[in-house]
Amino acid sequence: MSGSREGEMTMQTLGMGQAVNQALREEMARDSRIFLAGEGIGVGIHDSPMMPTAGLLEAFGPGRVKDTPVSEAAIAGLAVGAAAGGLRPVVEVMFNPFFTLASDMIINHAAKLRYLSGGKTRFPLVVRIKSGAGFGAGCQHSHNLEAWVAHCPGLKVVMPATPADAKGLLKSAIRDDNPVIFIEDMGLYFAPDAVPEDDYTIPIGKADIKRAGTDVTVVTWSKMLGVAMQAAEQLAGEGVDVEVVDLRTLTPLDSETILASVRKTGRLVVLHEATRTGGFAGEVAAVVMEQAFTDLKAPLRRVTGPDIPVPASPPLEQFYIPDAGQVVAAIREIV
Amino acid sequence: MTVSTQQRLEMLRTMLLARRFEETLTELCQQPDKIHGMMILATGQEAVGSGACAALSPADVIVTNHRSHHHLLARGADPKALMAEIFGRRTGCNKGKSGTLHLAVPEVNALCTTTVVGGGFPIATGLGFAQQYRGETAVTACFFGDGATSEGSFHEALNLAGLWRLPVVFVCENNRYAAAQGYDEHTPIESLATRADAYGMPGEQVDGNDAPAVFEVTRRARERALAGEGPTLIECMTYRWRGHGEGDPQRYQPAEEIAAWKARCPIERLSETLRARGELSDAELDDLRASTAAVVAEAVRFAEESPWPEPREALDDVWVA
Repeated sequence: MSGSREGEMTMQTLGMGQAVNQALREEMARDSRIFLAGEGIGVGIHDSPMMPTAGLLEAFGPGRVKDTPVSEAAIAGLAVGAAAGGLRPVVEVMFNPFFTLASDMIINHAAKLRYLSGGKTRFPLVVRIKSGAGFGAGCQHSHNLEAWVAHCPGLKVVMPATPADAKGLLKSAIRDDNPVIFIEDMGLYFAPDAVPEDDYTIPIGKADIKRAGTDVTVVTWSKMLGVAMQAAEQLAGEGVDVEVVDLRTLTPLDSETILASVRKTGRLVVLHEATRTGGFAGEVAAVVMEQAFTDLKAPLRRVTGPDIPVPASPPLEQFYIPDAGQVVAAIREIV
Repeated sequence: MTVSTQQRLEMLRTMLLARRFEETLTELCQQPDKIHGMMILATGQEAVGSGACAALSPADVIVTNHRSHHHLLARGADPKALMAEIFGRRTGCNKGKSGTLHLAVPEVNALCTTTVVGGGFPIATGLGFAQQYRGETAVTACFFGDGATSEGSFHEALNLAGLWRLPVVFVCENNRYAAAQGYDEHTPIESLATRADAYGMPGEQVDGNDAPAVFEVTRRARERALAGEGPTLIECMTYRWRGHGEGDPQRYQPAEEIAAWKARCPIERLSETLRARGELSDAELDDLRASTAAVVAEAVRFAEESPWPEPREALDDVWVA
């Protein structure tokens, strides 16, 4: 791919899957303790250069790129045990709903065993989860469960919205000595964007203001960043100046950036694709109500998927996924 | 290869230590306000921990479960640190975060102890993978009960371990009960060892009250693993003398069944063997009993005199900074 200069960095255009691929490739070359495991990550049914593990089996061989049986508990347990044994596993859960099959190893073990040991052991592992609605597969392949994992102490939860963030955050995740859940929205695999060619990291736990504004704050993450940016562009024409905060990491939560933005704008909309009840928007809202209530000029709003499983048929699925129109409407209610 | 006298004596010593340790816990549970929380004991099953651990090297890793005291003591864990952890004290091996149920002792390569039944299988597979990946001369031994083989994780982990020929020794401690369910009520086949066929590994049933026999079968499984031939499933036939936990009235365990198994006590059995072979005198046995009892008494004294953790220490140890 052709490079272009942006500031000091040479840029390339990559989808998020390619950016993840580059991060994996560079980290694996740097540290021989890193191995990959998952279903079809070497020889897979999704054979596209846009996919995150494309070409890695050829580059690193079957000793380090392990195609596993269809066996999520074993994959997750492999990561927990190998991490305890001194390796740095990066394992993949093919679709977010299948995380339930891996969840005992992650929730009861990866997240708790260090604490149970009194801080004597560590579990430096990354679980990459492919997520997001919009590909017509229905609710057993599309179900955003980030709030479930964010509710579990001992796990860091990262959910990038751009290929550039994905590359830098995945490198941080791999280098972190704690278990990290790294959730990739598959829609973003096919949305190319500028990515620095350099070896860089982005710190976990740091939100990013993707668009500065003065009238209302939209806090969002992952694929919904694009929806928030569309809404912001639309409202800019009406003289409403929207600030878009991309959380990038759910836990540890960057409350400071959220609060600073809300204190500036006095208005908050939280946007996510996951369903509403018990969703992570509630946590963001609670942080703001506890610490910036008096700065709010209007009640906050949530824009989320409705409390239904993700349906398969195109019109039904589109109805499920929050769009810019809903964000614009929510903002209009409070400005 | 035969089991040496020194190895037999060491197995006897660790069994006596575990027995005294757990009998003391039973006594402490009957006193008010001594022990907080659950108490799950392996009294009568000591030959499994002592026999299997005697066959391991210090570099080997063990994964154990809620009934772990005899494994950890046989592995050489410090009885004082274990007892203090059971008492919930700051000096415990896990600073009071674990209690008796998930004792982790990395000092003796007991890296992961899990009380989620069946939770150890996939982790042992991962530990075995790390050993294979790095080409280490070491294996992982995974201890579990008969009940755990009903979990789906048993299938997933043994399948993967068999497929990748991982250096794991799966040591089933078939104590005939899964909580209140007898073996025949939870499993439709006579021997769990036969399940090994499904995963392309050998399965072997052994008298789990015969420590040298457990030693011998574990030693062979370990050598097989180190030779790159993959995992082995060992089924040790033993019996749970106590209830699932202390306070369990054991209404479902017939008294005559308990008595029959007590008559097959693994400690009596090995000490009889040693005496018959002229390798242990009555005085030496008395000395062993006295010295292991002293170790346990010292562990209790240490635990009782140790400070409680400060409440806010609860916030520590979630994260690697």
